[in-house]
Amino acid sequence: MSAAESKAPTAKEVVVRVRDLKKHFPVHRGVLSRVVGQVYAVDGVSFEIRRGETLCLVGESGCGKSTVAKTVMRLLEPTAGSIELNGEDITRLSEEALRPHRREMQIVFQDPYSSLNPRLSAGDIVGEPLTNYDMAEGDALRQRIAQLFERVGLRADAMVKYPHEFSGGQRQRLGIARALAVNPRLIVADEPVSALDVSVQAQVLNLLIDLQEEFQLAYLFVSHDLAVVEHIGHRIAVMYLGRIVEVADNAALFGSPLHPYTAALLAAAPLPEPGMKRERIILQGDVPSPMSPPPGCHFHTRCPFVEARCRQSAPALQEVAPGHWVSCHLRPPGGPTGPLTPPTGAT
Amino acid sequence: MATVPDAAVPVAAARREGVLAWMARNPTIVLGSAILVLLAIAAVLAPWLADDPLSFEPINRLKRPSETFWFGTDQFGRDVYSRVVYGARISLVVGICVAALATALGLALGILCGYYRRVDAILMRVMDGMMAIPSILLAIALITLMKASLFIVIVAITIPEIPRVVRLVRSVVLSVRAQPYIEAAVASGTRGMRIMVRHILPNTIAPLIVQATYVCASAILTEAGLSFLGAGTPPEIPSWGNVISIGRTFFQIAPWIIFFPGVFLAITVLAINLVGDGLRDTLDPRIARRM
Repeated sequence: MSAAESKAPTAKEVVVRVRDLKKHFPVHRGVLSRVVGQVYAVDGVSFEIRRGETLCLVGESGCGKSTVAKTVMRLLEPTAGSIELNGEDITRLSEEALRPHRREMQIVFQDPYSSLNPRLSAGDIVGEPLTNYDMAEGDALRQRIAQLFERVGLRADAMVKYPHEFSGGQRQRLGIARALAVNPRLIVADEPVSALDVSVQAQVLNLLIDLQEEFQLAYLFVSHDLAVVEHIGHRIAVMYLGRIVEVADNAALFGSPLHPYTAALLAAAPLPEPGMKRERIILQGDVPSPMSPPPGCHFHTRCPFVEARCRQSAPALQEVAPGHWVSCHLRPPGGPTGPLTPPTGAT
Repeated sequence: MATVPDAAVPVAAARREGVLAWMARNPTIVLGSAILVLLAIAAVLAPWLADDPLSFEPINRLKRPSETFWFGTDQFGRDVYSRVVYGARISLVVGICVAALATALGLALGILCGYYRRVDAILMRVMDGMMAIPSILLAIALITLMKASLFIVIVAITIPEIPRVVRLVRSVVLSVRAQPYIEAAVASGTRGMRIMVRHILPNTIAPLIVQATYVCASAILTEAGLSFLGAGTPPEIPSWGNVISIGRTFFQIAPWIIFFPGVFLAITVLAINLVGDGLRDTLDPRIARRM
């Protein structure tokens, strides 16, 4: 049974709540490295994730989804907004004050090669967080590491091997074991399977789903792969140019996408059945530069349904149907949820 | 793959295939270290291999190389062979001390620079300033200010070498810091100090060893140069530079006085560079070649 089929638990406590998160990177030029502009990588993102729930963040390259992941982990300093972990605001904590909170949130990286130090043995890599928090030493440490190895599907005697002796999928299991070591409540997974072969992807995804059920983990799962997201996500947030344009339950988002960008994104995904046809929505133009995002709705430059108001004011993220949030002027709360029709006149 | 080469792998592989095969594949290291080992033995056993390098025998002034005086004698009748053997002590001590000091200080400063941005901004400007001072001039100035001694010579040669090591270490630290496994360490609660020692330091070792050999070779040359100019090791100590400096006056009638220490100097530096190049190719081909 895939996690998507089991109904997302709603009454459970919130593990992480992000409000209006912004991360801007200054752009330096010249000898004096003056700041000549900002990259608005993340520009006002809000969400919350409950225990045992997976929130997927999808979007194309450069939309800021990985930046959200790293900022939530406080690996990047947020420019504005707040991050609450287990009800405590961790946005401005110093690195030392943050340390106890880091135990509660762990990260799995995209690249299983560069995210493991090639000079440490697999056991040392997985044991590092345990030693950091003085959770075990000596024999107890070895036992705990062996237990983690077995839990993620690796042989315990592989502890003495070095990362280059493992395959990509095994390396990612090591990364997961390291994240799991300190019993976190939130795991941020930054494209954890996109560097793996498709057959291995499924194994790693299923491992993540099993671990979630066993430990009631909350996942923030970043991905650009819609098939993966459909498999693992309880709720899905679609990002475009640093903002969330639509959030909905898995079934609602894939069944009736409301935002024109979501619809285009879904239409671009390949279908598993050969010969199957669906309506194609082909977007014109490129994603605007995040250094100078367009005014109004960020998507208006490419939206087939653009209207005058889209160019002037940015739409708010509103709950259009229960649990279904959209940021689009053409989708007012309680409005029609059928497909949009392009305006007849030239735009 | 990672941008930082994996030095542990070739070395470990070498261990498995056997020492002889490894030696056959790395003739430069073998040749260079063989010469260095011989020199080191000669330097250590100097009292047994050679006579007193300071004893004057005016009766034997400016003798050609012969059975009694292998390398001839100088204008005071001192045995050039003995002086060259004792000179090996000075050169090797200077080379090793400078390499060790410059590497240790450079490593500490380089890691600080690479890891703390603020320290970096200040310290690297200081290093730029230090690099602008010619090392021979600095050494001459220091030796003029203080009483000439071997220690002062070592300090004077070390100071200008430090910035080069700092730059090398800093560049390695900066490239390693950008690796996701450092982010992973931060995320799993590893403290800054521990990240340096556990994740960053091991990556600097290979290029540092290679750099140390070059520092060593250039220190030996600088010491000889300083002594030749009369600004280095005190003249009563028989260093190669001093021997050459004294022989300079009589070079047309007694060329052997400068020939033998010169040859030894050249061979020593060549041997160290051979080892350095060999190590560079084995340990760490990519980073070292950029130097």
